[in-house]
Amino acid sequence: MGLFTMKLPDVGEGIAEAELSAWHVKIGDVVKEDEVLAEVMTDKASVEIPAAVSGKVVWLGGEAGDKMSIGADLVRLEVEGEGNTSAEQAATADTPPAAGSEPPESPASPEPAIDIRAAEGKGLYEIKVPDVGEGIAEAELTAWLTSVGAELREDDVVAEVMTEKASVEIPTNVSGKVLFLGGAVGDTLAIGSTLMVIEVEGAGNTTAEALAGKLAKSTAPAPAPAEPVAKPAPAPEPKRSKTPAPVAAQRRAEGEKPLTTPSVRKRARELGIDLRRVPGSGPAGRITHEDLTHFHETGGQFTGGGAVKRPMRTGESEEKVIGLRRKIAERMALSKSRIPHITIVEEVDVSDLEDLRAQLNRARAEARGKLTVLPFVIRAIADAVADQPEMNAHFEDDDSVVRKFDAVHIGIATQTPGGLIVPVVRHAEAMDLWESAAELSRLAAAARDGSAKRDELSGSTITITSLGPLGALATTPIINYPEVAIVGINKMEVRPHWDGSGFVPRKKMNISCSFDHRVIDGWDAAVFVQKLKMLLETPALLLLED
Amino acid sequence: MEELNCELLVIGSGPGGYVCGIRAGQLGVDTIVVESRAHGGTCLNVGCIPSKALIHAAEEFHKATGFTAPNSLGISVQAPEIDLAQTVAWKDGIVARLNGGVGALLKRAGARAIIGHARFRDGKSVIVKTDMGEQLIRAGRIVIATGSDPFEIPALPFGGDVISSTGALALTSVPERLIVVGGGYIGLEIGTAMAKLGSEVTVVEFASKILPQYDKELTRPVAERLEALGVTVMLQAKAEGLNAGKDRLKVSLADGETAELPFDKVLVAVGRKPRTQDVGLEELSLKMNGPFIQIDDRCQTSMRDVYAIGDVTGEPMLAHRAIAQGEMTAEIVAGGPHAWDKQCIPAVCFTDPEIVTAGLSPEEAKDQFGETVTGKFPFTANGRAMTMENEAGFIRVVARADNHVVVGIQATGGGISELAAVFAHAIEMGARLEDIAGTIHAHPTQSEGLQEAALKALGHAIHF
Repeated sequence: MGLFTMKLPDVGEGIAEAELSAWHVKIGDVVKEDEVLAEVMTDKASVEIPAAVSGKVVWLGGEAGDKMSIGADLVRLEVEGEGNTSAEQAATADTPPAAGSEPPESPASPEPAIDIRAAEGKGLYEIKVPDVGEGIAEAELTAWLTSVGAELREDDVVAEVMTEKASVEIPTNVSGKVLFLGGAVGDTLAIGSTLMVIEVEGAGNTTAEALAGKLAKSTAPAPAPAEPVAKPAPAPEPKRSKTPAPVAAQRRAEGEKPLTTPSVRKRARELGIDLRRVPGSGPAGRITHEDLTHFHETGGQFTGGGAVKRPMRTGESEEKVIGLRRKIAERMALSKSRIPHITIVEEVDVSDLEDLRAQLNRARAEARGKLTVLPFVIRAIADAVADQPEMNAHFEDDDSVVRKFDAVHIGIATQTPGGLIVPVVRHAEAMDLWESAAELSRLAAAARDGSAKRDELSGSTITITSLGPLGALATTPIINYPEVAIVGINKMEVRPHWDGSGFVPRKKMNISCSFDHRVIDGWDAAVFVQKLKMLLETPALLLLED
Repeated sequence: MEELNCELLVIGSGPGGYVCGIRAGQLGVDTIVVESRAHGGTCLNVGCIPSKALIHAAEEFHKATGFTAPNSLGISVQAPEIDLAQTVAWKDGIVARLNGGVGALLKRAGARAIIGHARFRDGKSVIVKTDMGEQLIRAGRIVIATGSDPFEIPALPFGGDVISSTGALALTSVPERLIVVGGGYIGLEIGTAMAKLGSEVTVVEFASKILPQYDKELTRPVAERLEALGVTVMLQAKAEGLNAGKDRLKVSLADGETAELPFDKVLVAVGRKPRTQDVGLEELSLKMNGPFIQIDDRCQTSMRDVYAIGDVTGEPMLAHRAIAQGEMTAEIVAGGPHAWDKQCIPAVCFTDPEIVTAGLSPEEAKDQFGETVTGKFPFTANGRAMTMENEAGFIRVVARADNHVVVGIQATGGGISELAAVFAHAIEMGARLEDIAGTIHAHPTQSEGLQEAALKALGHAIHF
């Protein structure tokens, strides 16, 4: 018997490190040659690492989510015959070991002691941040749906995380009591890191020691949760003194007696104010004379006669930009900071298109569904980019590559309750008007109720943005990076049109199109816009192939 | 006789009734107060005031007796004697002064006082039997403030050597052997005083502990003091009546045995009952709450314009509750929007040591608010208590765990009754533990114990 060490192979030119995205084996597994051991992920690709020899896994070089250097020890196998590693080599190399049975050496500052223990007869169960999609190494924690001390039942949703592509709810697969939460809302967690620890009946899947080692390691670089911070955080609760600090509560619980002084009570009676309706600003929510005065003056009671003064608003609130909103912020900033936009606004006479649309809806709405303007725009873009493939492209500016696509995957900027997301109508070039209409409504619904899948929210090659009936005369759309063009639809309205002899009412709609001026010249942009205008004003052309 | 008319008629001038009459007079309400005996009611005539006078005299005598033996203060005196008749005369002097004071206050406030026995004719008129005959009074509103009487055990009717608290406060000599039936606060207050005056006192209590409304922790110093004074306390014992010779009290004990206890006087102090008889309440058929008149938070009975305050409306039968109700009712009669919104009614028990409670007990607080914190400071750690040779007792503060609002304060200790106002004040003002802990409590006083108890509840007491 010998030890065989497999190192992290070179996975691509110029790549110095890779992220371990998943293990396919665990310690104790017996693997055959060529069986996939792990997946690593680089900037460019996800790579499966097969076993070079057959043997039994005795050591793992990291955990999912760890970054590893190329050439680092990845896995040690116990093999028949001689291996390539001596026991001594292994022993010196194996610190820190994957199982984390020894705490890593402390840096200068003392590390927060994390000590999670189960009650007598109970076990600890660790829930890790699950793999939420291929090639995704980390996820942002957007919401906790539980708290330390809460009792959970199997399948209860405990948290929501958000990846580049989608928002995912994480359920628990065991019942028990929450002992530890692995982060605060807004934190970015590595896939495989500890999401939470639950106290379960019987043995769990981990031990206090293992957790202590693992958490000490993982929390060290992050803001230490055990630091006595004043702001409430669902981070691990350090054991404080027995009496928790009182929290000033403005709102009383249902049925709770208002806390105040006899003089305030007396004055409230004289004013005819029910103190149960008055919020208290004092310690522990005590109602002060000022609170009563404020309530009296601002609308608690109609005073009769005297002019009611408009109350000044003095509050302010702070909202953490997390989740989808943060993603949107990042994407917008990226696009605006890298892409020099050129925006062209053109007026389109859509009278004929509207007539056609009305006719088609009259004739076919029952059989094939109703058409909006958007399927026509999709059709027009699909036709226009056939002549100008440089519009249907990604400019990978880091590599100075413009990647032109044959397929036309049109992103549709969609407003959802959570914010702006962009579901994708794939292969719009292969769809007729009704197919794209059906796909549009399906995607819009999925986007709004949050059920859109990851691949339905990615991979667009050009994007349409529309404010719908709110419209606006013109907009300056921001390109969906790394695309090179975006088509904005503005409000349709009846405007006077000079037909050479007089004004006639025509249905007009502006389109506002932005282009990446680094790779699209103004002339080409103008040609593209004119092509769109021509197609939309002569809609019969859109139906030619249908 | 000519009939009288008034806006407000108050029946009874005890603490509730006379306060109501004075306040109503101040507010300009045309008011008549009818009293069948003397102004001041039970409290002033046969309750709070005379009993405290007796307790004071007994304590002084007891102190003096203590100095006949070697003592830590090094004081020596001849064996003291007490002329209880003189003591009672002194007490009666105080009562008379206060009686007169009440009458004067009523007069100054513009309220008319009539001595006589009132009886309802209907909800708007009352017939008062006075020395000069019957007087009909018609009133817009009527406040019933008739108070309460000592409860009488049917097997042990008052008379002869069986006395009520009223009788006990009028004794002119110290009985050699006194049996107190009832281990509540009235029985123990008088029993303790008599023991200090040299009586051999036996307390017969039906329940399994003395002062049943308080927790054991609070009553333990009292039980210890009773024992030190040589008072025999028989628990789970029931007074069954006198023997044929009327010189022994038959008592059935917990184990089924019967004992016959010799006595010189038997004090029956087993509670008080509302005085609702002989007032003509049947003419009104008011809604009752057990033996008491039912009232709402504005002291209104089930009949319009008829109010009731004080002991006749139920527990807690305390003078200061009646006073607060009386004042409030006067405001209401004068058109005020008032309603009962007191946060606590403190209660004082003048045993030795005294007991004070305000707000919720630890158990009640737990039931109401879930998690609570308590802090207790013993007087053994208080300098002032040491200098007064009275280190028994403690102060205990109960607060909500979530916001530290103080919801109850209990204490037992010598002279602790004077802190009742501070305790009630803290609760009425919605104080938190931090407020009490952050207030300077003058040194050297027993009141420092309150601050320390609050600090203790916060987890950082200084002095113990």
